[in-house]
Amino acid sequence: MEDHVLNPYVPYPVRIDDIEVATEDKSLKTFKFVFLNDGDEEKFAYQAGQFAELSVPGVGEIPIGIASSPVEKGFVKFTVFKAGVVTSHLHNMKVDDIMGIRGPLGNWYPWDLLEGKNILIVGGGFAFTTLRSSIVYMLNPDNRARFGNIDVVYGARTPGMLLYKDELIAWEKRDDINMHLTIDAPADGWEYNVGFTPPITEQKAPQGDDNTYAIVCGPPIMIKFTLPVLEKLGYADDHIIMSLENRMKCGFGMCGRCGIGKELVCKDGPVFTLDQINKTPREY
Amino acid sequence: MLEYNDKIREISARLLKECRVEMVIGFRKGSMPMMNEPCFITKADDAGQLVWDSNCGINLANYLTNRKEKIGIIAKGCDSRNIVTHIIENKISRDQLFIIGVPCQGMIDKRKINAMFDGGVQKVTEDGETIQVDAGGQTTALAKADLLQQNCAVCIHRNPVIFDEMVAEPVDEQQNVDRYEDVRRIEAMNPEEKWNYFDDLLAPCIRCYACRNACPLCYCPTCFVDESKPQWVGKGQDPSDVRTFHFLRAFHCAGRCTDCGACERACPVGINMRVFTKKLEKECFDQFGWEAGLSPDERPPLDTYRPDDPDDFIR
Amino acid sequence: MNMKLVKIDKKQWANGLEDLRNSYRLFGPVKEKDYHSFKALAKDEQPDLSFSNSRLSPKTLLFPQSEAIIEFSLDENDADHHIMKSVEKDVSPQAVIGVRPCDAKSVRLVNLNFDTPEYRDPYWADVLAATTFVGLACDEPKSTCFCTSVDCGPYSEEGLDVLLVDDGDSYLAKVLTEKGRSLLDAAGWGAAEAENTDLADRKAAAEAKIASTVTTDNLKNQDLMTLHGASFWEEVAFGCLNCGTCTYTCPTCWCFDLQDEVHGKAGKRMKNWDSCMFPLFTMHTTGHNPRGTKTQRVRQRFMHKLKYFLDKYDQGIMCVGCGRCVSQCPVNIDIRKICNLMNAYQADNAACVEQE
Repeated sequence: MEDHVLNPYVPYPVRIDDIEVATEDKSLKTFKFVFLNDGDEEKFAYQAGQFAELSVPGVGEIPIGIASSPVEKGFVKFTVFKAGVVTSHLHNMKVDDIMGIRGPLGNWYPWDLLEGKNILIVGGGFAFTTLRSSIVYMLNPDNRARFGNIDVVYGARTPGMLLYKDELIAWEKRDDINMHLTIDAPADGWEYNVGFTPPITEQKAPQGDDNTYAIVCGPPIMIKFTLPVLEKLGYADDHIIMSLENRMKCGFGMCGRCGIGKELVCKDGPVFTLDQINKTPREY
Repeated sequence: MLEYNDKIREISARLLKECRVEMVIGFRKGSMPMMNEPCFITKADDAGQLVWDSNCGINLANYLTNRKEKIGIIAKGCDSRNIVTHIIENKISRDQLFIIGVPCQGMIDKRKINAMFDGGVQKVTEDGETIQVDAGGQTTALAKADLLQQNCAVCIHRNPVIFDEMVAEPVDEQQNVDRYEDVRRIEAMNPEEKWNYFDDLLAPCIRCYACRNACPLCYCPTCFVDESKPQWVGKGQDPSDVRTFHFLRAFHCAGRCTDCGACERACPVGINMRVFTKKLEKECFDQFGWEAGLSPDERPPLDTYRPDDPDDFIR
Repeated sequence: MNMKLVKIDKKQWANGLEDLRNSYRLFGPVKEKDYHSFKALAKDEQPDLSFSNSRLSPKTLLFPQSEAIIEFSLDENDADHHIMKSVEKDVSPQAVIGVRPCDAKSVRLVNLNFDTPEYRDPYWADVLAATTFVGLACDEPKSTCFCTSVDCGPYSEEGLDVLLVDDGDSYLAKVLTEKGRSLLDAAGWGAAEAENTDLADRKAAAEAKIASTVTTDNLKNQDLMTLHGASFWEEVAFGCLNCGTCTYTCPTCWCFDLQDEVHGKAGKRMKNWDSCMFPLFTMHTTGHNPRGTKTQRVRQRFMHKLKYFLDKYDQGIMCVGCGRCVSQCPVNIDIRKICNLMNAYQADNAACVEQE
């Protein structure tokens, strides 16, 4: 990774290359960015699980998980939920608008540790972004052989609220990954599971053991009910990997606001094991 | 006012023992000269911690906002008026409170005393109307009347306006007090003089918000300076932002401020921001005959309409 | 790096300062109304070395309260519109004359935050690299000083390039670094060697005057989660106003905010001091606030300074005993008292550690 970034406050200039409405209620959009300067994309080399600060001059910055995967070249993608000042402004921007990206920031899913292991991915709502990055990474022909079984449980309220739906359905048809897609209530034309993510996880997920790791990303309510399920399935706390969110500004561990105990979510995280999280104050 | 200590402790212990209240809010002795620390006690045995002296300038009504408990609160004149305002504004209900009323004889100005002794004050003790200051190896006796906080010097409501039990007989209110001498002095300045005066006044501000946070009136969940949608005020040191904060906060306190002086006492850099609230207090008095917080049965002028409200600004 | 003492006759002090101006921008304590601030020294202006300490710490010289760090044009007619660029800072050599040892040490502690193996804040680090610190030993500590309890002291040399000791009609200068040597040479203060003067006695005398102490020996051993769940936080936090006084006057506090300001068709990204005391500090856009209560925020400040920082860097606590927060807190929240509480805390065996 980047040894010593010269000025971590200055973003790489990027151009919006494509904007896709990601969910049926238009609350999420996927932005595709290309770097304006040659060489910046290489400097931005990232790993699945990391985030970046999307920087809009005159408006502000937001820390967003990188949705594209390191194996995808020529662009970076982020899926952004419209929530506050910056995200609302971003949602109103157009293709060819210029802004900035700072990063990559934070740590990543522990790919070294996951080598040769079975992986369970549990995602809910729009927390699926870095999970997409991870799945695309693992399914890439160069990487697939390095991992064991891959199971994915991903739930949303309705089919139209699932992110990357076309890709999800394509993955569902593959035999090197087990997709367990679910929605809250039955819907016309929906062929897959119906039910909240935690009970579907309980039904479909593989048992936890020394060779299996779970990566869990989702809204607090989903996490609250999924963790007991994983415990029941035999996943040890240091085999459950989570990505935390917190209010951030600098994104590289200096402004102090994302700190929980000794950890800085932007720098020591956002990826933590449940074991590490249990040893920090519950201030996230 | 040391003579109040015993009574305060006796009442507080009794209230807790009888479970009339769940907590008593008062002051305990501070670790620094001229400082007391706002505290609460929940056990009758702890009543001995409570103190009252001429260093109780912080307004304890500030600690009542939105609390759910039954609370015993020690309140001097201005504090009690803020309790009335809190009741009118639904920040606390009357039946939650047991108000221990303190007839106030004025608080001393720690900044003034520190400046007199170049900051090397070791200890300050009071004995009636005399304040003894130990500094630089010497003890100096001073008249309390010369050391009062600026708001106390012009106070006309020293006795609590609302209480459940008083710790002593009411004191005489000060007579022939000119509350607005300083305001008129500034009003008489020409625009350039005023600009320079306010610029100089606000120059040391570090946007710590001690003034706002010490004020019982400032209880907005999101203060206007912190709003982001839209953002009204910048967060840096641009003088126009600093001025906006102070002016607008004063306007938000118009018709409500009791001139308790907690803002000035809290300010770490010694800004006399009371000139703004006093100007507005004078306006409310002149235009509506209004003084804040005297009775829970009267609604303030800024949320009532009377046909005879002044309207000479309509041309 | 020689450690000899140099004698600077006070009659040569003013001239030396003016000579320094040929190669340094000068900063020092300046009296304003009834307090001192560290400011740029105007021509012929001398630092007021009779001060005890400044109201705001000299961290303002390396880390201003409000600083533009990025600038950009929003005018679509400009070729580089919307491209964010770094604001250039003046990193020509500067000297701070008269910084107290506590504040000098604080610079070292803050530097742990701004200059890390992975990232370097150039606005802090470049200015720091250009700064020579000339310290002034404290022979008259204040009643609120407790530096000797926290790996510092009135004659501490950490973070200094030169240590000055007031010797009546002269200053004794202990040269601590090459930078310090260069500064003395530039001022023409290199010549006279002080005869046989050992600072040890003076140092001991000054340290003996420090009346205020805190105990910190057990902080490292305390279990972080147990301290976090301690029963005393609610009482400790009650009087706190959650204003920014302590954090802003503290030389070792460094939290900041990044905010864009736009004027017409151009804008800047500002780096402004921020405070963990403010409710908004940790507020998520969703409205969720991990530290939404006053008690949580007050606890955070003291846990950070006296435990998290200690555990993370193993370089002592994040406090240099300058006493500013103690003397300026509007409601007398006293870090000394809280430090002792945390150091001595023993959880009841029966009590569960409550996560609030």
